[in-house]
Amino acid sequence: MDKLIHDFSFGLFIWQLLVFVALIFLLKKYAWKPILDAVNAREESIEGALKAAEKARKEMKALQSDNEAILKEAREERERILKEARDMKNKIVAEAKEAASAEADKTVAAAKATIEAEKTAAVAELKKQAATLSIKVAEKVLGQELSDANKQAEMIGKIIDDVKFN
Amino acid sequence: MHYNIYSKLSVSLALAGAILFSVPAFAQDKNHHEDSRTVAAHDTHDHTDSEGGHDVKTQIKETIEHHLADSYEFTITEGVGFPLPVILFDEGLKVFSSSKFHHGESVAEVDGNYYVLHHSKVYKTDASGHLSMDEHHHPTNVMPLDFSITKNVFMILVMAGFMFFLFKGVAKAYQSGQTPKKAGRFLEPIIIYVRDEIAIPNIGEKHYKKYMSYLLTVFFFIWFMNLVGMTPLGINVTGNIAITFSLALITFMITQVSGNKHYWQHILWMPGIPVILKPVMAIIEILGLFIKPFSLMMRLYANMLAGHVVIMSIIGLIFVFGSWLIAPAFFGLTLVLSLLEVLVAALQAYIFTMLTALYFGSAVEEHEHH
Repeated sequence: MDKLIHDFSFGLFIWQLLVFVALIFLLKKYAWKPILDAVNAREESIEGALKAAEKARKEMKALQSDNEAILKEAREERERILKEARDMKNKIVAEAKEAASAEADKTVAAAKATIEAEKTAAVAELKKQAATLSIKVAEKVLGQELSDANKQAEMIGKIIDDVKFN
Repeated sequence: MHYNIYSKLSVSLALAGAILFSVPAFAQDKNHHEDSRTVAAHDTHDHTDSEGGHDVKTQIKETIEHHLADSYEFTITEGVGFPLPVILFDEGLKVFSSSKFHHGESVAEVDGNYYVLHHSKVYKTDASGHLSMDEHHHPTNVMPLDFSITKNVFMILVMAGFMFFLFKGVAKAYQSGQTPKKAGRFLEPIIIYVRDEIAIPNIGEKHYKKYMSYLLTVFFFIWFMNLVGMTPLGINVTGNIAITFSLALITFMITQVSGNKHYWQHILWMPGIPVILKPVMAIIEILGLFIKPFSLMMRLYANMLAGHVVIMSIIGLIFVFGSWLIAPAFFGLTLVLSLLEVLVAALQAYIFTMLTALYFGSAVEEHEHH
């Protein structure tokens, strides 16, 4: 310890103190502050970039799910439209069928009516002719048979029955 | 601690000497400061004059001591170097080149005053260079206030310049982009390590920023100085008590200045213990205030000094053994220890910075109210 104290150099101590303190302040101004600031700025920018990337990723994901929803909606819309179209078609076809069958029925009915009318007319004509004929026949028969009263009555009855054929 | 190392060293050297017969292989004149005129004063080395190994052992010990001590000239290798300015305050400012001492062999005369070098210290003397000794073999001559640019001061200035331009360059590289360039690629992770692993965990997220400049400067200064000490230039800055004292003093001052109310309350009037114990604790805590920086100072000093002493002693053993067979073994051992010292260089810088941050942390810690 005696040697230690004896060897202590006060001049060296003062020099070291002065130079070292000066060095601290010089380095602080020209080195440590700029270096630490740069490192901090870089660390912050890296963190910021990472956060931004994370945010972008999330946004992308949200966008993707949005897209999917839109796609799904579109698909549903298409399905719906297609279904509507199908329904419409079916309806139109059904309606057309109905209309057609109604028309057919109408036509048939008209045809039937015509036929009926024709028939009635024909029957009337026939009756008229039959009447005419029967009158002619009656005239002839009457001319021959009117002497016999019974026969006459029988005949007339017979004629009348025959006339009522329809 | 200082003596411990030396006693260990002399034990190992004595052992080596006892086992081996000495071989005069060691370089002859290592000690320029062995002044022929003041030989009487140089009986300070209390070496027993045992025959065999004495010369080599003494020379090794003196070389190591010389190597560890500060110097007024910068010696690159034996006989190659340059003198540094001596600055004394003695009846006015005296500035002269250390070459006037002629490696300590002659008396320097400046403006009618005479100075002489003795064990790397400047003493005021007369024209004949006489030093009078006390019973501890310390000269009683006046020591003028010495602010010389010694080898250590020179290295501090060089290191300060080097660090300034190195880190200024690192900082400048960030102007042209966010990534570090060149040296910054290596240094930035260390800076971030000091911030994230030393400053923030010990001081806390809230207060650490204002201590970063000191922590970074002290970390790199100690580390670089330790590494420079590994070179064969014989630079021993961090193994000098004046250096570690000033570093520890700065830590001490900053700690006390930043101490908040709770810090002082815990030291002077510890809450949560019986009143009768409070003064006792206060005494212990106040002692602790000084022991903490003292331990910082001694730890760095002793570790770096010990590293130098051990490595040089092992190199010295090569000369003690003087055998070509044994030299490679010691060479290998030196290599391994040098690698260990590279680790210790960083480790001691880390420990100093870490503990400094810890002390700062205790000063600014915010206690919740009990």
